[in-house]
Amino acid sequence: MLRIDQEIHDAIVAHAKKDHPDEACGVVAGPEGSDTPTRFVPMVNAASSPTFYEFDSHDLLALYKDMDVRDEEPVVVYHSHTATEAYPSRTDIGLAMEPQAHYVLVSTREHGNNEGPVEFRSYRIVDGEVTEEEVVVAAPEKS
Amino acid sequence: MAVEVRIPTILRTYTGGEKAVSGAGATLSELIDDLETNHPGIKDRLVEDKDGQDDLRRFVNVYVNDEDVRFTGGLDTSVDDGDQVVVLPAVAGG
Repeated sequence: MLRIDQEIHDAIVAHAKKDHPDEACGVVAGPEGSDTPTRFVPMVNAASSPTFYEFDSHDLLALYKDMDVRDEEPVVVYHSHTATEAYPSRTDIGLAMEPQAHYVLVSTREHGNNEGPVEFRSYRIVDGEVTEEEVVVAAPEKS
Repeated sequence: MAVEVRIPTILRTYTGGEKAVSGAGATLSELIDDLETNHPGIKDRLVEDKDGQDDLRRFVNVYVNDEDVRFTGGLDTSVDDGDQVVVLPAVAGG
């Protein structure tokens, strides 16, 4: 199960809508071993493509060094599909290299850049095997 | 002295869980061969055969002192004692 704050969920959706028709991508980092996504980090899709995404190699290094300093890991790795459903493609499965991460897929095929609901789904991808999991969006904490 | 190599989570099965290991070599290619002797199997995850020659795998990034080796000569990139090498799988998909 992926438990994610409403605010972070909405930030991922907003990023996907903004970059449509290209794929958007990023991570949500969290304390190592906590399984809690806390720090939203949108990344540039260096491929600028509607069918492919890749973090820029220097941004990737900076991201991992930053997480290392903060004792974080990528709890969520997200990207969007802009013309197909929010399910990992064969390429996604072949290139999934973070066995502890929740792979979040957002599909913007229905409303593109506009307001409207999107598919928001989460998966584990380990050794080429995909397992969908429940997504629980937590309401912001009341103070 | 040696070269420190930072290992990503996915490859730590080859390093007994270690986040960083040390190696030796004058070039990245030699360094990877040295890693292979201590951590058998790791080379195949970093390097593939391209037209009869070793080449870095397309979706593996290697940095020597923060420089992506794709821009500094690939496997021929020189390494020196005290250098830091970071291996990171690409975050990519379709």
